[in-house]
This record gives sequence, C-alpha cells and structure tokens, in this order.
Amino acid sequence: MSKQIQVSGLDAYYGSHKAIEDVSMTIEPRSITAFIGPSGCGKSTFLRTLNRMHEVIPGARVEGKVLLDGDDLYGGNVEPVSVRRMIGMVFQRPNPFPTMSIYDNVAAGLRLNGRISKSRLDDTVEESLKGANLWNEVKDRLSKPGAGLSGGQQQRLCIARAIAVKPQVLLMDEPCSALDPISTLAIEDLMAKLKDDYTIVIVTHNMQQAARVSDRTAFFNLAEQGKPGKVIEMDETSRMFTNPSHKATEDYITGRFG
Amino acid sequence: MTTIQHISTGRRLKDRMVQGLVYLAFALAVVPLVSVLWLVISNGLARFDMTFLTHSMRGIGARDVGGGAYHAIIGTLEQVLLSSLISVPIGLLTAIYLVEYGNGGRLSRAISFFVDVMTGIPSVVAGLFVLAFWILFLGMPYSGFAGAMALSILMMPTVVRSAEEMLRLVPDDLREASYALGVAKWRTILKVVLPTAFTGIVTGVMLAVARVAGETAPLLLTVFFTDSINNDPFSGPQMGLPLYVFDQAARPNDTAIDRAWTGALTLILIVMLLNLVARLIAWWRSPARGR
Repeated sequence: MSKQIQVSGLDAYYGSHKAIEDVSMTIEPRSITAFIGPSGCGKSTFLRTLNRMHEVIPGARVEGKVLLDGDDLYGGNVEPVSVRRMIGMVFQRPNPFPTMSIYDNVAAGLRLNGRISKSRLDDTVEESLKGANLWNEVKDRLSKPGAGLSGGQQQRLCIARAIAVKPQVLLMDEPCSALDPISTLAIEDLMAKLKDDYTIVIVTHNMQQAARVSDRTAFFNLAEQGKPGKVIEMDETSRMFTNPSHKATEDYITGRFG
Repeated sequence: MTTIQHISTGRRLKDRMVQGLVYLAFALAVVPLVSVLWLVISNGLARFDMTFLTHSMRGIGARDVGGGAYHAIIGTLEQVLLSSLISVPIGLLTAIYLVEYGNGGRLSRAISFFVDVMTGIPSVVAGLFVLAFWILFLGMPYSGFAGAMALSILMMPTVVRSAEEMLRLVPDDLREASYALGVAKWRTILKVVLPTAFTGIVTGVMLAVARVAGETAPLLLTVFFTDSINNDPFSGPQMGLPLYVFDQAARPNDTAIDRAWTGALTLILIVMLLNLVARLIAWWRSPARGR
C-alpha cells in the first residue's frame, strides 16, 4: 500500500521569498529517504510541500509537480485534505492533543474523518499502538491523557496517531531531535519496521541517523543566506556517505561546515 | 577585569524599597475590596432570609418591613441568560473568524476596530440605543428581553476579546497535527482548537457575565420597574437586582435601605455562584484531570 513520489521542478515560496528552487527527485516506496543539510536550506519546507502542509502558512505557495503514483497532488481540483489523509506527518516536537486521552489521540484521525464502529476503532487503536511499539507501555492506561507520557512515548504516540489512518506515505520532520538517545533508538527501530509497509521520508540534522536508517539520502544546500535552497545531490545512502560526487556534500558530511 | 562582587548596600536598599512599594500597592488595592465586602455583608445579612429570597415587593407599603427580591432575582437571571444566549454565540464565532479565517485581512481589521469601539461604549448608551430603536422606533414594550439586548451589546466585545486571546494561545502545532491527519479545517476547529481553549473561554464568558449582571443604567431604560413577579422576559416590565438596589436605596425608610443592602449581597452571591459553576465546568473538562 505504499506509493512512489515523483517531484519535478518544484519551487516553494513564503510570500515573495523563494525558499526552495527547482527540486526534482524520486522517492521510492517501501524505503526510507533521508533529507540532510544545514539549517534554513529548505528541507522541512520541501517535506511540507509533499502533503500540502506548506500552504497552511499564510502567504505560502508552491509551483511545480508532485506525483503520487502518477497523480498530481497539485492538480487543479485536488482536495488538500484528501492528500493529507494519504500522506501522514510526524512533527519535530511531539504534539499529542492535550484534551484527549491516549486512546482518543490514536483514534482522532479516524473519528474526525467520519463514523466508525467501536470495535473496529478498538482494533485499529491497538494495532497502531503495537505498530508504534507503544502498546505494552500504555495498554493499562489508555484513558489517561496523552500529554502525561514521556517525550519519547509522546512521539511514538504521534506516530501511532499518524499510522492509524493508514497513510501511503509517512513524512517525519526531525522526529528525534527533541528525544534522548534511548527514545531515538526506539524510533529508529520503529522506522526500520514501518518501512515494510510505508514510504518513509525523514528530515534529520543527525548525520549518523541518516546513515543508520535511510536507504537513499538527499543533500540540500543554499548558495548563501537569503537565496533559495536546492538539492545538491541524491544517491544511495552508502554511496553518499563514502563517495559523494560533490565537494559540498563531502564537506557537510565530514563536518567541515554546517 | 570583572570580579565577583558583593551586592552593594545601594542595591539592597533599592530592592527593599521597591518591595515595600509593591506591598503598599497591593494593600491599597485590597482595602476597597475588603471594605466593600464588609459593608455589604454586615449590612445585608440583616434581611438575608427566606422571605427576601421568595417574596416580591407586591403590596409592601412604604414603611412596611418584609418584602423581598424574588422578582428581581428571577429578572436578573433571565436577563443575563438571554444576553449570554445572544452574545456568546456571536462573540465566539467572531473570535473564531478573527483567529482562524481572518488572516489579518481588511475585514478582520475592521471587525477588530469595531470591537474595540464597542468595548468603549458607556453602558447607558447601549440602553439608550435599545430604547430608541426597539421600544420607541419599533414600538415594542418594555421587557426583560429588551434589557437583555442592551446587556448583550456590552457583553459581546468582552466575549470576543477573551475568546480571541484564548484561541490564539492554542499552539499551531495542534492545528497542524490535525491537518496532517487529513482532518478538514472546520472539524479541526471544532474538535481540537475549541476543546483546548475551552477552559479559558468559559472564564472569559463568566467575566463578561459578571460585568453585565451588575449593570443598572441600560436596564433602567429598557426593562422599567416593577414590584411584581414577571416570569416572562418577553412581555411587560421586569425587575433586575441592580435596579432593585437602586430603587430601594432611593426610598427614605430604613426598611428599604436594608433591602437594598441585601439585594447587593444577593447580586454578589449570584455572580460568585456563577463563577464557581464555571470553575467546576472548567475543572471537569480540564485535560489534567485523571492523571
């Protein structure tokens, strides 16, 4: 059920400021694609264009094409809400709904999208929490507030919430940057497991993480502050980290800048 | 070269002085509050009995003891309820528009401006407006509803402002989390944003209620006076507690003055009770419960 994403000639703007320019790439299904690059180079912006979250910000707009198995997400009469239902997202800071219990948080996507029977909901919640490796820790306190969990647990709760609506693609915007190493490991293990079913795209500042978890890596950079970000190169992760074809990539990966 | 220094005597002195000033300001602010409460309670307790709470002023002569404010309590409750029914939905929807849909456009700036203007309307002007438009121009009778309309004019800007502030406090993270699940914007507002801001909105509404419950001038012009019980806010003059206090306090007999004090006490108690109920609702709905 995972799908391929093809991006061609994509520009993204905040008002009149061009944040990314002419990005083209193919993101393969059932694999993990990592975006690396210095801060402000447009990785997160690009990630947000993939499920039409970019345009939520006032004044933000996108030009270019994003094809999900051949269907243009930016086609004339595409409903952005339906795009987001197919392409889920996990954010940098864990953001469980504070008014909802653990159970309700996972059920939120299904409940808010229409009627569903209680037994099917129970099944989906259990399945999603198991999928996010959180079930054993929370099964006895499903009715407690989600905000009462630890940071790492909250982030896995958010992943459970995202996979509960059965998306085709899972976008992760620095999902581990606010977490400790143990929780990071838990999330990385989870990603390796989820990749059997989903197309996963992850933005990370942690080079080791990109090297550990991803199959392909794209390096973003910008010529100078204020200029739009671009994809410098994209390749198999193993090749990117051992034998990159651009000097800038090598400099970034070896820690000479950024 | 900088070194570790001891706190100088001058700074210590300044610290003490400012601390003293803050305590003084606090005391100054508390003195009127305590003295008002003390006056109202000590003078109002004399007549705070079941007769007062269950009887109207019907047939009570100028010098008679007895009599009560039942008609005024009913009137105040109905008028405040009606004005809340008018102003809370409108105010809440306005706040939702300003925060979620306005995007700082021309319309939302205009609305913001007029809400500010409304905040500054003297209460008697709101009463005059309803008197001129509803009663004199449209020829409607004096009624509790006319009073409620005047009160809702005063209540609306407070509701808009407080609800707007509370909605702005809801982090965008939560909206985005909901959008990313493929939830439409209106459902996000209804199921995520409003519940998160609920406690604060209730508090804001209660402040607005407390403000209008004590208004006298607009009622004077719209609900008129009566000594009888009128349960129907849509026809005929009604009474309100502020009016009752105003009316009784102007009479030259001690019995009436006592009733005025007790009326004021009752009004304070009603507002306090409503606040308590609001706090209970807020506590009951608060996310921290059951942790």
